Amino acid sequence: MSEVMKNYAAIVLAAILVNNYVLSQFLGICPFLGVSKKLDQAAGMSVAVIFVMLLATAVTYPIQFFVLNELDLAYLQTIVFILVIAALVQLVEIILKKYIPALHASLGVYLPLITTNCAVLGVCISNIDNYLLTKDFGPGFAQAMFNSLGSGLGFLLAMVLFSGVRSRVDKCKCPECFKGMPITLISAAIVSVSFMGFAGVVDKLLGG
Amino acid sequence: MNNNKLKILTNGIIKENPILVLILGTCPFLAVTTQASNAIGMGAAVTFVLLCSNVMISLLRKVISDKVRIPCYIVVIASFVTLVQMIVKAFAQDLDKALGIYLPLIVVNCIILGRAEMFANKNNPLDSALDAIGMGVGYTLAMLAMASIREIFGAGTWFGLPIPVLAENNISIMTMAPGGFAIFGILIAIINKASNGKAIKKKDFSCEGCPSAAACNGQNCAEKREAAAK
Repeated sequence: MSEVMKNYAAIVLAAILVNNYVLSQFLGICPFLGVSKKLDQAAGMSVAVIFVMLLATAVTYPIQFFVLNELDLAYLQTIVFILVIAALVQLVEIILKKYIPALHASLGVYLPLITTNCAVLGVCISNIDNYLLTKDFGPGFAQAMFNSLGSGLGFLLAMVLFSGVRSRVDKCKCPECFKGMPITLISAAIVSVSFMGFAGVVDKLLGG
Repeated sequence: MNNNKLKILTNGIIKENPILVLILGTCPFLAVTTQASNAIGMGAAVTFVLLCSNVMISLLRKVISDKVRIPCYIVVIASFVTLVQMIVKAFAQDLDKALGIYLPLIVVNCIILGRAEMFANKNNPLDSALDAIGMGVGYTLAMLAMASIREIFGAGTWFGLPIPVLAENNISIMTMAPGGFAIFGILIAIINKASNGKAIKKKDFSCEGCPSAAACNGQNCAEKREAAAK
């Protein structure tokens, strides 16, 4: 495997397993706890999140590189990003509704919900913080896109695993005061412990 | 009259505590509560943004058209968040490092958009300000409680000061991600128990608990659609 490929693989794996957005960075907790009751809803939501994360990075990264940094407007990052993401999601939803109704039926319902999802804005901002190079556009942009893909896949993995855990937990007996939210959070803690086991695994696999 | 104002103020602190009762804004709550000082910093930042945006949106409530209100709210909130980011960067660099990405993410904090939608666009600026202060204080207190537990047991310190026996015998998992989830769950369970299940009406995330509920009017909720299909 060439060095470049290794680097990209490391970024994706690290984002999925080690720095999992939900379970170790606490981003996107609302959908994680809210939509994880059923497997199909969890999967649909996660696919929508992956899609929006990739799209949002593909748009916000060039904006930061070519517009905000160029014009010395980096302090407008937060306002610009949230508006761009919100507008983009609305636009995509309209386009899907008109031209690909089948996809809209399965994915579209989740799209407006993730406009204000902190995982999406979070991935855009952390991509800028971690991968923005001052001179070259290409390499940094590729890394940012791979990081978005990994983060989205990590979200999918966490959602799917957790919806399985949750469907069993909901059937179990537990003290009255723990029913609902508290027991869900405690099972999330246990799933999170299992993800801690992945620390260091990427460095070992790909030789640092 | 005065009693009414007091009610608005205390509502957010106890009866409708944004974190422990409404369960809004969980992401930063779990993420930055590893140290009590960070919790205070984050609480202050959220309170400031909440206060400013609530007053501003309340003043503009007759100007903003109903159809475009959510984007308008987001612009107002994002502006104040940018202001806070600049202030923190300039005067509290340590806090800026500790809060990191969660500072700009106040924009998408459900509490702020939620209060704008639920309270500020229906009430006058004074009431909105009181509501914001109450909610902000409630948020800060909840964060402080959680952060104190995690810091005292997880690191053996409180506001950075070492605590005798615990400093040598810390339970470091409490400051890590799993500890955050578990302690949050236990805190909610305690409140549930203490109030005989009355405090937490919404044990699950429902439309009211969703920050986008305002934007989607419930049409997009998969569960509602299913219910309608039946």
